[in-house]
Amino acid sequence: MAPLRMKVLIVIAILAAAALIVPHTNPFVILLATRALAFSILVMSLDILLGFTGLASLGQAAYLGVGAYLTAILAARYQIGLGYDFWLVAALGMLGAAVLAALFGLLAIRASGVYFLMITLALGQCVWGLAYRWNSLTGGDNGINLQHRPKFGIDLADQVTFFYVVFGFFAASLLIMYTLVRSPFGRSLAGIRERELRMKILGYNTWLHKYIAFIIAGAFGGLAGVLWVHTAGIVSPENVVLTTSVDALLMAVLGGPGTLIGGVIGASVVLFIREYLSTLVHWWQYVLGGVYVLVILYLPGGLMSIPGRIRQWRAARSEAADTPNLAPARQ
Amino acid sequence: MTSKLIRRAGLLLTGVCLAFAAAAPAVAQEELRIGFIAPMTGPIAQVGADATNGFKMYLDRVKSNFGGAPVKLIVEDSQAKPDTAVTKAKKLILDDHVQLLVGGVLAPEGYALAPVSTAEKVVYISAIPAADDLTQRQLANYPYFIRTGWTSSQPHHPLGQWACDQGYKKIVAIAADYAFGYEVVGGFQKAFEDCGGRIIQKIWPPLFTKDFGPFIPTIKSDADAVFSLMVGPMALQFPKQLRQSGYTKPIVGGGTSYDEAALPFMGDEAIGDVSALQYSAALQTPQNEAFVKEYRSKYGKVPSYFSETNYTTALMIDDVVKETNGKFPGPEAFIAKMSALKVDAPRGPVSFDDMRNPIQNIYIKKVEKTKLFGYDKDELWGVVIKTYPNVSQFWTYGKDAFLKQPVYSRDFPPCKYCE
Repeated sequence: MAPLRMKVLIVIAILAAAALIVPHTNPFVILLATRALAFSILVMSLDILLGFTGLASLGQAAYLGVGAYLTAILAARYQIGLGYDFWLVAALGMLGAAVLAALFGLLAIRASGVYFLMITLALGQCVWGLAYRWNSLTGGDNGINLQHRPKFGIDLADQVTFFYVVFGFFAASLLIMYTLVRSPFGRSLAGIRERELRMKILGYNTWLHKYIAFIIAGAFGGLAGVLWVHTAGIVSPENVVLTTSVDALLMAVLGGPGTLIGGVIGASVVLFIREYLSTLVHWWQYVLGGVYVLVILYLPGGLMSIPGRIRQWRAARSEAADTPNLAPARQ
Repeated sequence: MTSKLIRRAGLLLTGVCLAFAAAAPAVAQEELRIGFIAPMTGPIAQVGADATNGFKMYLDRVKSNFGGAPVKLIVEDSQAKPDTAVTKAKKLILDDHVQLLVGGVLAPEGYALAPVSTAEKVVYISAIPAADDLTQRQLANYPYFIRTGWTSSQPHHPLGQWACDQGYKKIVAIAADYAFGYEVVGGFQKAFEDCGGRIIQKIWPPLFTKDFGPFIPTIKSDADAVFSLMVGPMALQFPKQLRQSGYTKPIVGGGTSYDEAALPFMGDEAIGDVSALQYSAALQTPQNEAFVKEYRSKYGKVPSYFSETNYTTALMIDDVVKETNGKFPGPEAFIAKMSALKVDAPRGPVSFDDMRNPIQNIYIKKVEKTKLFGYDKDELWGVVIKTYPNVSQFWTYGKDAFLKQPVYSRDFPPCKYCE
């Protein structure tokens, strides 16, 4: 228990430090940090499936898309969600994505492994197809623009305010998802990940467990979309396309699947390489590729496994160091 | 005691700073900072390079000095993604404090950047993104926006008229399935049908299709010609595959089907195909000849309209800043001064309509294999066969009548003669 509490405290301390430091950096870094936090909600939602239930989904961008398009359409057409009703839209975004996940789950959950991957991929591409083709609603490949961010007492157009709002959403999502995976329900998900057949024999309705996890993941994906669309003020089919789903999956793997908090690390690393490093050097793509390759080769547990690795390595070294110390004593 | 010391040190420091500040303007004028956004990675990186090179060539020519103001150009990679374009624009505005934003290539990038210019009160100049509505039905949203390139339908109204004048009665349109394709086909169809022609079929292959095998056999055989709108790598594949299938009737193409980003890489099958655009590298004017030669010796490639439009954009900014003696006049005044400009660009004379879109010549060009400008090899050039002078985005329809109709789309104008 103690080491776990320690870990949680460390995570809280780091997040609090980030929340204090980021607003004092330059505006571009604040914007990127906001984007990383919004996207990491999507990555964490995927981690519930990937890391805790053992379902690798390649269609998570669909839920981001539902949240984002819902927000954009309501705001651009009906001026809904630009004041206090932003909270309503956030709830609607989650609800809409959850409904879509409930629908897709019926089709996808029956499969597992690579078949689950293929089905989620296909369903995700259906949503992309709609976004691309339903011109009258989605604006086709031109997407939808938002003229400004919501304003309710506080003005989200202010970078720092918006950062804190997104940070709040992120922290709340992290807390809820963490509670979820630590709950008996989360434990049964882990059981399904380890050995589904055994869970079935023990009398668990594994289909229902997976289905509910799928819906919850979808709902958080929708929330990520609501926030994401406000970071750049635009939604386009680019946000729903397969590569966005792949990004989310890679970020989860990069950070460390089954850790939740790895999601924010993966999202931050990738977004900062792609959007910050690319302002400094033109060979940023090699760095990104290199990071992926090195992590997959040498850190199968993702970046979150580094502390554990260091501990192991130090333990091994102190053992090794102990041996010569003993040797003279024996002589 | 210490606080007094610190205060004194502070005063001294302030004094020194003030002295420097007072001395500085006498030495050099305030620099003009221009943020340039183009795809440097991704599927259309070549276009991004053409665009950047065009702009830089002008800067080199004037030694990065606009009317006395040193110019600082900061180039950022949009990765051809609208939301990356937005974050890069924010970086340029918030961190680098640019006064002008230039760039974007794809229409969605234009649509993404224009609201940023409104929100941040920074001038945004679209040299390439051609989405019609930016300078038409939606212009009122974007007070700091001006376009130096073209609208998608602008060259294709005259092309529709030209096709009709050739005596073509029935044409099949085959175009990339996205907004730019719809607007290009829409403009062509509108002018062609108003003149009495008929579009009898519309085929929409997905953007970046490489294999046209499934589409070519469906082309109706009773058409007099094919109208194609291809983009990037599609432009190379389509004429080749269509001709290999034994199709011998004429091909008329949208601007990007035969622009110089694709033309040098095409084979002889493209000879005789006709397209329309506001620029051709084969334009026989002394100014264009000098432009082509300088560009080619610098970058080893014939300039495309992507290069020309950015070169001209830099020239226009220079003209505005010269007028104000090297001082940036503020976004409103800048937009006002720029839209009043009349310049002689490599593409020909360019001025602006009251919706801040260029009025310019549209060239009907035919692909020919020939020697031009003293180059010793036979090459493919888009030789100008007809010039429509001073064409506006509204063609002959008049602004008000034109703006009453909806923006061109997959369903507008409706395909009345399709079966």
